[in-house]
Amino acid sequence: MADTPSNHPLKKTPLNAVGRELGGKMVDFGGWELPVQYSGILDEHEAVRTRVGVFDVSHMGEVTVRGRQASELLQKTTCNDVSKLDNGKAHYTGLLYPTAGFVDDILIYRKSTDDYFIVVNASNTDKDYEWFADCAKGMDVEVRNVSPDYAQLAVQGPEAQKVLQPMTEVDLGAIKYYRFSQGRVLGAPAIVSRTGYTGEDGFEVYLSPEHAPQLMRKLVESGVKPCGLGARDTLRLEAKMALYGNDIDDSTTPIEADLAWIVKFDKGDFMGRDVLEREKSEGPRRKLVGFEMIDRGIARHGYPVVDGSKEIGGVTSGTHSPTLKKSIGLAYLPLDKSAQGSEFTVLIRGKEARARVVPTPFYKRAK
Amino acid sequence: MANIPEDNRYAKSHEYIHVEGDMATIGITDYAQKELGDVVFVELPQVGAQLDAGDELGSIESVKAVSELFAPVTCEVVEVNESLVDKPELVNTDPYGDGWMIKVKISNVEEPDDLMSAEEYEEYVEKESGK
Repeated sequence: MADTPSNHPLKKTPLNAVGRELGGKMVDFGGWELPVQYSGILDEHEAVRTRVGVFDVSHMGEVTVRGRQASELLQKTTCNDVSKLDNGKAHYTGLLYPTAGFVDDILIYRKSTDDYFIVVNASNTDKDYEWFADCAKGMDVEVRNVSPDYAQLAVQGPEAQKVLQPMTEVDLGAIKYYRFSQGRVLGAPAIVSRTGYTGEDGFEVYLSPEHAPQLMRKLVESGVKPCGLGARDTLRLEAKMALYGNDIDDSTTPIEADLAWIVKFDKGDFMGRDVLEREKSEGPRRKLVGFEMIDRGIARHGYPVVDGSKEIGGVTSGTHSPTLKKSIGLAYLPLDKSAQGSEFTVLIRGKEARARVVPTPFYKRAK
Repeated sequence: MANIPEDNRYAKSHEYIHVEGDMATIGITDYAQKELGDVVFVELPQVGAQLDAGDELGSIESVKAVSELFAPVTCEVVEVNESLVDKPELVNTDPYGDGWMIKVKISNVEEPDDLMSAEEYEEYVEKESGK
C-alpha cells in the first residue's frame, strides 16, 4: 500500500481528467498516472468478459517507420514476417536484440508498403525509437516517435462493436481480427483496429489527444464500463498475453517465452536468428508455462520456483483469475520440468506451495 | 470517505480492534479494504495461537496485491472467521461487521489504549493518502 516516491512529476494522458471524473483510483504506472480501477477489478473484469469495457491506454507509444526501405528495416529488427502483412493488416511481433532478447513486444500495422505504424510499450517508447533509429542508419527510411500525437482507447468485450459502431463511419463489421481501418470516430480522424489485450473481441482506437475525452465520455454514457490497469492485467493474464517487464524482457527470447509462433525462420536473416535457431533445434534452457496453484495462495511476480533448497525458476505473473475463480500464473521452468501436468514448488513469502503446469490460454472466448 | 467507527482503536498497519472487557475483535479498516480492492483470499492463524503486538498474524490477498496482517496487541486467538474462506469479499462489503478476522483474549487490557483513536486514525489516513 506504500506509495512509490518519484523524483519526476507523473506523466498524464489526455484522459487523466475524465478518468478522475469517472472515479478512477490513480496510481503511478511506470511514471504515468493511470487509473488502477474504477468500480473494482472483479466488476470491471466481468464487464469485459460479458459486455464491454473501455480502457485508457494512451500511455502506449507509437512509432512510424516510413520510406523505401521501411519493410527491410522491420524484417531485420523483428522476428515475425512483415512480408506477410497486407495494407490494413497488423501483427504481433518481437523487436529483438542480436542476443534474441526482447527490446520490446510490439504491434506492427501496415498502412502501405512503405508506411508502417508501430505500437510499443509505454516504458519502452524511447528505447524502441532509438533502437529503430540506430538500426536504420544508412537506410532510406524515416523513423519517428509520434506518441504525443495519439491517444488510445481500447473498447473490449462481446458488445464492443455494437456500442462503438454508432460513433463511427468506419464499417466495424468489415474489420477482421488483427486488421484495421482509417476513418472518423465522432468526427475525428482515427485508426481503428480489431485488436486488444484482453482475450475478448474488441477494438483499439488511435486518435488525437484533443478528441479522446469526448469519445471516452460518450462510450461511458452509452453504458460502457470504465476499466483500469488492474482488470487489464487479470484479463491479459487469463488470455496468456505477455507483459513486458514481467514475463519477457531483454534476457528472455521468444522461444523461451513460448512465442515460437511469432518467429518466422523462412523470411531470411534477422537479429537474434542464430540464437533462436539453436534454441529451436536443441530446445531452450527454460520455458514460460502457465500454472494453477494446488495449494492455497497467489504466487506473484518474482516469487522463486524451488527444487529442495535450489532455485530452479521463477514466477513472472500471478493473480486470482476472476473468470476461473482459481489462482493462476506464468513461470519460467527448466525445459525438462515444463510438461503439462508437471508439479512444482513455489515459495510464497518463504512458504512452500505446490503448483501444476496447465494448458494455456487459461481462458479462451467462445467464437 | 472511509468509515471510521468511534468505538474502535486503530493500528498504523490499518487493523482495527474492537474491545469488550478482555475480549476483542480484530479486522482491517474500511480505508484498508478500499486501498486493497477486491479481497480474494484471507490467511488467518489457528485458534490458540499466542501473538505478541506487532506479530504477523496472517495475510490478505486482493486481486492486485498482498498485504500482511499484524496483531495490534498481545493476545491469544480464540476464534477465527471461517466464513472468510468461502466469502473473502465480506472484508470489502462489511469490514467492521461480517468481515471481521479474529476474536482474541487480550493479555493486558490497557494495551489497546496505546493505539490510535478514531480521530487520530482519521488524521493518520488523511496524511497517508496525501489528501
